[in-house]
This record gives sequence, structure tokens and C-alpha cells, in this order.
Amino acid sequence: MAAVPIEDRGLLARLWGNQETRSVIVQIATMAIVFALLALVLRNVAINLEAIGKEFSFDFLTAPAAYDITFSPFIDYTSRDTHFTAAAVGILNTLLVAVCGIAAASVLGVTMGILRLSRNWLVNRIVYVFLEFTRNVPVLLHILLVHGIVVTTLPPPRRAIDLGGTAFVSNRGFFAPSPVFEEGSGIVAAVFVIAVVAALAFRRWAKRVQVETGKIYSVFWICTAIIGGATAVAFLALGAPLSWDLPALKGFNFQGGLALRPEFLALWLALSYYTACFIAEIVRAGILAVSHGQTEAAYALGLRPNRNLQLVVLPQALRIIVPPLVSQYLNLTKNSSLAIAIGYMDIVATIGGISLMQTGKEMETMLIVLGVYLVFSLLISAFMNWFNRSIRYKER
Amino acid sequence: MTGPGAPAPYAPGTHPDLPPPVRTTGVVGWARQNLFSSPFNVVLTLLGVWFLASVIPPMAEWALVKSIWTAESRAECWGKMAVPEEAACWAFIKGRLSLFVYGFYPVEERWRVDLSFVLLVFAIVPVLYDRLPGRRHWFWYVAAFPFLAGWLLVGGFGLAPVETDQFGGFMLTLIIGVTGISFSLPIGIALALGRTSSMPVLRILCVLFIEFIRGVPLIALLFVASTMLNYFLPPGTSFDLLMRVLIMVTLFASAYIAEVVRGGLQGVPKGQAEAADSLGLSYWKAQRLIVLPQALKISIPGIVNTFIGLYKDTTLVLIIGMLDPLGIGRASLADAVWAGLAREVYLFIAVFFFVCCFGMSRYSLYLERKLDTGRESEK
Amino acid sequence: MATASDTAGPRSGAPAVNTSETIISIEGMHKWFGQFHVLKDINLDVKRGERIVICGPSGSGKSTLIRCINRLEEHQQGSIVVEGTELTGNLKNIEIIRSEVGMVFQSFNLFPHLTVLENCTLALVWVRKMPRAKAQEIAMGYLERVRIPEQAEKYPGQLSGGQQQRVAIARSLCMNPRIMLFDEPTSALDPEMIKEVLDVMVELAESGMTMLVVTHEMGFATAVAHRVIFMDAGEIIEQNEPSEFFNHPRHERTKLFLSQILSH
Repeated sequence: MAAVPIEDRGLLARLWGNQETRSVIVQIATMAIVFALLALVLRNVAINLEAIGKEFSFDFLTAPAAYDITFSPFIDYTSRDTHFTAAAVGILNTLLVAVCGIAAASVLGVTMGILRLSRNWLVNRIVYVFLEFTRNVPVLLHILLVHGIVVTTLPPPRRAIDLGGTAFVSNRGFFAPSPVFEEGSGIVAAVFVIAVVAALAFRRWAKRVQVETGKIYSVFWICTAIIGGATAVAFLALGAPLSWDLPALKGFNFQGGLALRPEFLALWLALSYYTACFIAEIVRAGILAVSHGQTEAAYALGLRPNRNLQLVVLPQALRIIVPPLVSQYLNLTKNSSLAIAIGYMDIVATIGGISLMQTGKEMETMLIVLGVYLVFSLLISAFMNWFNRSIRYKER
Repeated sequence: MTGPGAPAPYAPGTHPDLPPPVRTTGVVGWARQNLFSSPFNVVLTLLGVWFLASVIPPMAEWALVKSIWTAESRAECWGKMAVPEEAACWAFIKGRLSLFVYGFYPVEERWRVDLSFVLLVFAIVPVLYDRLPGRRHWFWYVAAFPFLAGWLLVGGFGLAPVETDQFGGFMLTLIIGVTGISFSLPIGIALALGRTSSMPVLRILCVLFIEFIRGVPLIALLFVASTMLNYFLPPGTSFDLLMRVLIMVTLFASAYIAEVVRGGLQGVPKGQAEAADSLGLSYWKAQRLIVLPQALKISIPGIVNTFIGLYKDTTLVLIIGMLDPLGIGRASLADAVWAGLAREVYLFIAVFFFVCCFGMSRYSLYLERKLDTGRESEK
Repeated sequence: MATASDTAGPRSGAPAVNTSETIISIEGMHKWFGQFHVLKDINLDVKRGERIVICGPSGSGKSTLIRCINRLEEHQQGSIVVEGTELTGNLKNIEIIRSEVGMVFQSFNLFPHLTVLENCTLALVWVRKMPRAKAQEIAMGYLERVRIPEQAEKYPGQLSGGQQQRVAIARSLCMNPRIMLFDEPTSALDPEMIKEVLDVMVELAESGMTMLVVTHEMGFATAVAHRVIFMDAGEIIEQNEPSEFFNHPRHERTKLFLSQILSH
């Protein structure tokens, strides 16, 4: 190539030889190909839709859905409501199982992560075996397994497992007493809120006292005492304005109380313990990633183990833990779409399942489903970017 | 407190190595350190022992000691037990083993599946084991394998054609898993290079693609593949559902691979690319010879984790009606003669996946250790 | 390592310890890592104000020895008494001793998420329970002593190695320790930064601090130490005052070591 002087070659060859113009050519060509493909796809879609006499519109959303959703804790839904309402129910159900799952998975995951760090060999090994087995088996299988256990191996409501006469476990789900708030419970709630505010105020005050005088209060315990104590006193002073609605066997199932249906129960439990296994590894790795030298330096300064954890190890470990942790939360939310396998009515099962079948609007319903998940993901990514920027260490 | 044999009359420099005091060695010392080092640990240990004692014996009894291995129906199976339902009924699995392995692949053609599996083993060994003699030449075979196996399984060109909807069981898992794994790696690397490229158009396209795929659940993409994709194709054409699933799974995994590889690319010091530049290497040569090998080395754990995730996600195809092992299992459970044996079925499939995925993660650990030796000596 | 006699500044407090009071007393101490016998029958008394340099080939147990003194490592036999308090499993005792003994590490171990000033005040606030203003005043005092008060608001990652090590020294001094342990404080530093750290250590020595220093900086040893201890294979082979030690080593292994370390 070097043998031919540059001026003697054709214009294109000269442009291609220059790094900058080459990059422009490549980019223009890529754009052209992508737009051509898009145009082709859109044309195909138009022709295909016309061939079977369908049109692309979201009008169906305002038409009655005409199917039942068995689980709608937030919206009063009947089959006469629209597809739009059905989609809303689906989204709320997705969010419900995601939020409950994230809470349970975090608690369980952090616990298992700490146990994996324990110097107790036996406990360490037990948790390790559980983690490895759970992590290496598909989450769908866990969901089906838990669902299968709930539905096929638990007894029917008539022979339900009785947990102290107030809560029952049966193949129709888990039934627990639900609280009934009576007159005066509003005041208790108000007292609780005030106590929380007071505890926060105390925390600020304690911080200031420490800055000014050096005196250290055990803030956590005092705050707990303030909130718990005030609420308990108010509760008792007002004559315990709370009663429990107990589930009771009527006919073939339990009525009243708080009912967790098997689908929700199975999905929630399986997603929680599956995700918890990944969280445990993240927590463990994050804490181990803080070099032992940090702990040694803290000890050498005379800090106690719990202060070392609070002031030195956790602030550093959290920077490592939070990003993958949030991506696990996102995974859990996306995995909740497996609900459809056991009939839990989330967004995929409502709008992407039954609505799709009934209206034949494959394109429109799938776009809605994809859009909903994309919004969740983008919100979480935005949070992550903000978090990562705010915790970055300053370096040279 | 001085030690028992204390006043040691050794001249400086002659003190022999002594064994550590008994209380810190042996079973007792080990248990003292690892099980009973504090009151809290004693409680934990006792809890652990109690847990094992209350879980292991009943499980072993259920799965092994009292289990039934030959029977024609659930009723017969449970009839053989002292108390019905007290143990596992493996006869069910045993009777359907071929279904779990081959799905509904025609019985007289199953040798083709077996042969493909043997060929797969031969294709995997040179990839995993780098001390194989003549490894370079094997790669031609490895590259040809997917097409060879595709021909064997689907038929045509002299073999009786088999419809892909007859595929099922572990064979289907392996088909989706192996295809996804082998094609998502190159696509993922290309996407990662695109995302880190200096050309804005390429970069934006790659970012859009990667973030879109990572933002939605695989099941939604599989629904797209099964319901919506045909609209995108020229009128009158349609292609096989399995093919569509393979494409979706591959694209899905490649977006995740791309992010892992991008992390690896960022982990390679800038000086490496600059050094390659100063040697006069072109972009592609620099990437291929200098940057990518280092980036991939860093990314190995992430890549293998993605593969494990992909392999586990193959089960999702049951939701669009394909009969992977889990699909076969569910169909079997619907059989009135055997219904009610969910635990046996799920445990069996779980063990299969565990063996595959745990194997992969162990291999990645081994690889990491092997490749890490070079970096360790720098420290 | 270079002979650093030129870097070590003026010959300070000539080998003469102010008092005869014993501040650290180690008797018949043994330590094992698993089956490996890493410290063998260590007997060592340190007087108040005494400055000791410990040297020896890598793996000889010198770091482990000083890490035993503030219980970063646990010894299995024999006794260690610091300021009249014996080191045992007793957490209270460990706490007392750790607040009396400062330590400087080879890899600095500054807390990367805290500023230089916060690094220094952390223990004052949470262990000594001091008001923040007072803690900052003390910390600034020591930062001035190590000559980097202007870096107080920066993060460790923004400083050079030498500056980080000086911060680490200031951080330890803030707790007003009676004894300072230095675990190869200059080994991780670039040559041009070694001097600034050694200068700070020499100044500290002039103030009469009891110091145990693991280092290969023989110039520092000559200039500052009352006693040089040579360790090999977990034993104290030889100890003597610096001039005797360097000019008339008695033991073969000491001679070998010195010839290796001084040859280049």
C-alpha cells in the first residue's frame, strides 16, 4: 500500500486512508444500514398487518377486559373494567411482589452473607451448601417447586396447619389475622409519628452534643426506646384500640383475615431466597474487599470491633456492595415476570397474556410490557449513576 | 505464665522448630477455634447441629432409604411404602428418563442425538483443556461443530428430517445453552468494542441495544419472539420457533456479555493500547493481540456467570410452550396416573442443573487461578 | 536499601536512656502460624524512652513480633506485659494497651473515605470522646508537626506516598501514645519520599518517645537507635548498641545479613 503515493489513488481510497474520514464513512454507512433495516421492518409490519386485517392502535385499552383477575389488593377490579385498568392491576402486582421480594431478600441475604463471614466452620458450611445449591438451579424451578409444595403437599383448608389458632397454612395459601383499627388508633399512629420525629430530633441533638462535648450516646437504643415506649404508652392509655380479624374456616376456604394466596406466596418466597443467595455473596465479597489493613489500623487506634464496623468497614464496603445489590433488585423485579408460570397476575400475565389472547394485539401489548420494564430499569439506572458519582473516592 | 518446657538453654540461632501447643492443634484445637471460640459461636454451632440432625436424616430417608425405584403408577408406588407418600417414588423418573433426555425426538432417530452429544464432548474438550496436543487444529472442528450438530439434529441432506417441535428435555437445554454460549461471546465482544469505540454513531447504537435488552426480562423477549417477530419478516416467510428462541436467547446473553467485557476493557490500563499504537499496530490488531486478551482475562468470572445465567434461563422456554426438562416435568405431573410427585420431578431437574452450573463455576475458578499467576508475581 | 546516614539528620539523643523503668517486658514468648513456628522464645525488655531498631531478613518474624505487642497477632506461649498490663484474651486489657501504643504500617492504611483531618480525629472523637473542635485542634497540631497542615481537607488518595505515611504517623500521635511501633514505614515508598518520613521519625525520636522500628534503614538506626536487634528464623540472634552492632557483629548470620544489606 505504501508503494503507491497517496495523491495517485482515487478519491475514495484517499478518504479511506485517512483515519478521520474513514470513521465518518463507517458511521454514515452504519446509519444507512440501520435505517434501511428499520424501514424494511416497518414496511413488513404494515403489509403483514394489512394482510390479516389488523390495524396498529391502542384503542383496545379503553375496551372492557372481560376477564377476572383473582389477585388485586389495591384496585377494585372487575371483569367489566378496561384493559387499561387490567394493565394497572398488573403493574401494581409486579411492584407489590418486587417490593416484598426486595425487602425479604435483603434481610435474608445480609444475614446469610454475615453467616458466611462467620468464623464458625459448621454454620459457614451449611450456608455455603445452601447458597451454592440454590444459586445453581433455575429460579423458575424454585418458583414451581415452592408453588408445587404449597399446592400439592400442604393440606386443604379443612385440615390446615394451625399456628396457634390465629394463623393457618393450607394449600389455598397462608392466612393470618389482619389488624382492625378502632377509634383512637389514629391517635396512636399520630403518637408514633411524633415519636419518630422526636427520635430523629434526638439523633441530631446527640450528634451536636458529640461535636461540642464529645459525649457519645447510644443513639440506636435510645431512639428505639423513644419510639417503642411512646407508642406502647399511647396504645395502652387509649385502651388498646386495635383488634384482630381472625381468619375462619367457612365452607371450603378461610374467610377474613389477611390472605396470602399460593401464587403470591410461592413467587415471593422463591424470588426472595433465590435473590438472597446472590445478595449474600455480594455482601460477603464487599466486606472482604475492604482490606484487612483497614481493620488493623482501626484496632491499633483503639477502636472497638463494632465501631470499626460502623466507622471504617461499612462505609467502604457499602460503596462496593450497593451497585451490584441494586442490579440484583432489578433482576428480582425482572424475574417476577415468571409469575405467569404459576398464574400470579403481574404485568406480563395480564396485558401480555390474557389481554393479548383476547384482543390479538400482539404488537401493542408487547410494546406496553417492554415499555413498563424499560421505565423501571431506566429509573434504577439513573439512581445508580447518581449514587456512583456521589460516592467516588477523590484521587490524584 | 511461661510454657511448660520453658527455660530453654538454646544458643542464639539454634532454637529448633517446635510443634505448637496441643490446645491449638489437632481436633480439639481446631474445634476450639472454629466451633467454640465464643459463647455466641457455641450457640451457633449447637443450632447448626440441631438443624443438620433435623434435616439430613428425614431427607436421606425420603430420597434414598425408603424410596421406591420400580412401579407402574403412583398408586402402586405409594402402596409399596409403609405409609403412603412417606418417601420418594423414583420409579416415575426412571420410567420417563428417555422423555427427559430426548423429549419427543423419534425413537429410531435418537442415535443422532447421542452422536451429537459425543461430538459436543469432543468440541468442548479442546476449548476447556489447553494442554491438548494439536489444539489449534481442533478449533476448525469446534467452529464446524454447531453446523454439524444442527444438520444431525434437524436432518435433511440424506437424513430424515425431524421437526424442531419434537425436540425436548435435556437435549433442548443443551441446544439452547450451547448455541447461546458460543454465539453470544463474539457478539458480546463486538458490542463491547462498539460501546467503547470513538465513533458516536456506533457507540449510541450499541448503548441503545445493550440497555434495551438489559432493561427487559427475557420472558418478555421470548413472547416477542413467539408472537410478534413474524410481523417483522417479509410477508409469507416465517421461521421456526426454536430458531427464533435461539436468536433471542443469544441476543439477550450477548448484551450481558457486552457489559462484562466492557468492564474488562476498562480494566486494561490505557498504556497498553498506547503501546500497541506506538508499535504501529492497526486498531483491530491492537485489540486482538494486546487489549482483548487482557480484557477477557479480567472478565472471565463475569462471562462464566453470564453463561450460567443463560443456561438456567433456558428453562423459560417452557412458558412459550417448548418442552425443556421442566416443561416435560410439568407435562408429566399432569398425567393422572402419576400426578402428585412434584418433589421428585423438581428435585431431579434441580440436580441436573446444579451439576452443570456448579461445574461451570468451578471451572471458572480454576481458570481464574491459572491465569492469575502472572499478575500475582507482580505484587 | 541505601545507607541513609545523610538523610537521618543530626545525631540526636546519644545512646543513653533517661530512666531505667521497663515499659514493655516480653518473656519466653512463642508464636505459631498453624504448624509454622514463627517466633521462638522471645525475651525482650524495653525501657521508657528507649528506641529500638529491629532488622533481619524477610520472614524472620520481626513484623510479627511488633504486631504481637498491640495484639494484632496473638501469641500462644509466654507473656507480654505493656505498662504493667499483661496481654491476654481479656478485651479490656487489649483496649488499654492499644490506646497506649501507636502503630504505623508499611502500607499506611489510611481510611480512604475520610479526609486527612477526619482520619486523625476519628479515634479522638470515638475513643477519647473529645469534642470535635478540640480533636481538630490536636490533629492540626500533629499535622503541623509532620509538616502537612495544608493537606488537612484532602483525601488520602490525593496525597503522595510520603505524605500519606506522615499523615499515618500524625494519626497515631493524636492518641498521645507512650510507645510507637513502626512496621517497615518506608518500604512501600519511592526513594525520594523516604527522607521526608525518616525526618519526621527522627524528630519524634528527639522528643523522647519510646519507639520500636522494623526497618532496613541502617542510617536511621545508627543515628537514632539505642539498640539494634537482629532477628532470623523467629529468634533474636543478636542485639547491641548501633556502633557495636554494625562494626563488630558477633554472629555469623548477622555478618552475612549486614554484608548483604550494605553491599550496594
